[in-house]
Amino acid sequence: MSETAKDVVKSGIKLTDPLPFARVNTLSILLKILNFGPALILLLLIVVLSVTSSYFLTPRNISNILAQTAVISVVAMGQQLVILTRGIDLSVGSNLALASVLGALSFHAGAPAALVIAAMIASGAAVGAINGGFFVFGRLPHPFIITLATLSIAKGLALQLADGRAIPGMPPAISALGTDAFGGLPGSVFVVLAVAAVLFVITRTMVWGRWIYAVGGRPDAALRMGIPVSWVLVSTYVVSGTCAGIGAVLLAGRTDAGSPLFGNLLELDTIAAVIIGGASFLGGRGHLGNALIGALMIGVIRNALNLLNVNIFFQLIVIGTVIVIAVEGDVLRNHLEGRVRVLQAGKHA
Amino acid sequence: MSASASASNVHAGDADRPVLSIKGATKRFGSVLALSEIDIAVRRGEILCLLGDNGAGKSTLIKCISGVHRLDSGSIVIDGQVIAIRSPAEARSAGIETVYQDLALFDNLTPAQNFFAGREIAGPQWLPRGLRFLKQRQMDSETVSLLANLKVTLPRNDAVVAMMSGGQRQAIAVARSTVFARKVVILDEPTAALGLRESRQVLDLVARLRDQGNAVILITHNMEHVIELGDRAVVLRQGRKVGELIPTPDNKQQLVAMIVGA
Repeated sequence: MSETAKDVVKSGIKLTDPLPFARVNTLSILLKILNFGPALILLLLIVVLSVTSSYFLTPRNISNILAQTAVISVVAMGQQLVILTRGIDLSVGSNLALASVLGALSFHAGAPAALVIAAMIASGAAVGAINGGFFVFGRLPHPFIITLATLSIAKGLALQLADGRAIPGMPPAISALGTDAFGGLPGSVFVVLAVAAVLFVITRTMVWGRWIYAVGGRPDAALRMGIPVSWVLVSTYVVSGTCAGIGAVLLAGRTDAGSPLFGNLLELDTIAAVIIGGASFLGGRGHLGNALIGALMIGVIRNALNLLNVNIFFQLIVIGTVIVIAVEGDVLRNHLEGRVRVLQAGKHA
Repeated sequence: MSASASASNVHAGDADRPVLSIKGATKRFGSVLALSEIDIAVRRGEILCLLGDNGAGKSTLIKCISGVHRLDSGSIVIDGQVIAIRSPAEARSAGIETVYQDLALFDNLTPAQNFFAGREIAGPQWLPRGLRFLKQRQMDSETVSLLANLKVTLPRNDAVVAMMSGGQRQAIAVARSTVFARKVVILDEPTAALGLRESRQVLDLVARLRDQGNAVILITHNMEHVIELGDRAVVLRQGRKVGELIPTPDNKQQLVAMIVGA
């Protein structure tokens, strides 16, 4: 310490000195690469695939990838909000299945398209509310338990109601969403964009969204700062459930049916999308772009493996491996941030 | 609610009347008597140092004032009125700000977002609080002017606090308490984890808090800091108040003796 304490008092707090070592800059660049890594990898995948397969970049294939990714994208965005609060929603797949069955049943009971859509979305939101309600007000230690339970309950209920079979038939308005194309794009893409826009407004411009990040970043501090932590947590599960309901509408549209077998392993796909896309499991870190990029990456990887004639079992292995890489990337990122902080503190001590 | 509003409160009211006084504070945890009949009072523009060995009851006492715990008996009087503090939110609305030892910062948010966490500037007013739209630019500019007032400069105002050093984080936490501090600021060992130079910077901030007219309660183990900053010192031992005096270099030994009970 070259300055005396008195000098420091006079000059006020100066914390703007250049960072101590060149290493900090190296670390910062590494951090930037890690943050943009998922988008870069997606871009790289697309470039490599367009070179190796003449079919990959055709409008038909792109439209196909987007249609297949739509359901994962919408549900993953809901999952993203839950993961932001350090939670997890394992029930999304079963939730979607139950919603699609209720939609199909209400259609066959004579409900108009709007009511069928409302039934599916309301069913999704209700399961989400049950998840959030039991987790928060039932004082459960972790949402893993309640969402695992509703995974089972919703699946069982869907199988029971549908008698274990798919129920064909959806109103034309819903089928149009899944199959028809506006400007060469499947209708479901526009639903994805609409959901993304709404969630973007919530997470980036509203107090609600700020609270989600605060609760995810530091739950105990959020409580001390007077943020209604319980309601924020419940709201994320309701949003996740609502997204599962919207996913049910999209999938029912694409297949023209409701089925208790829909959404199998969708919890895995959506969690994978969020994590592969670069969000953090440690809470409060990530944005909707992570979920969308992750979902697209899963769609592209599946599509590529299909084009390359790789069997479905191998696809599961690839997706799982990518998850491990992404999570380790997250751990590395946190480690590097810690290093940067230690170096900065060393400078000022 | 803004920095300027808190500054306009400076020296309002009778300077001799305590802003905050605690009377007969008693708190038990099971069979352990953590606080026994403690009286303290603190005035505007004054720093009261709360001293005591580990387990003396300092933290318990400030947790009762900041709403984390509730007193079993005794009263908390603010500006002459007895108030009940049942939660941290109630303490804050009564004008009491606390800088916790763990800082309670959100690592994933920027300094401005940290300042206004739970008290975001947003509108329109007719919407429920959570559905209002953030006025981020206003919050950012208020944060910048507040930091300038306190002479705190950060490398980047738009970086998340996870990337900042211990002293910067401490400065942010102390500065946050000044945003909304209207009456009392409590600081629990604000220099415990800091180096010499960073400690100096934080002490400087504490002095500014006092100069702005806040009543400051400072918990610290550092006798040099007590003598330098403290207008009065209250010593707790085993949950009891064992002394109160004006700290000077001459009675340092006496203070230490009171703390350890020699």
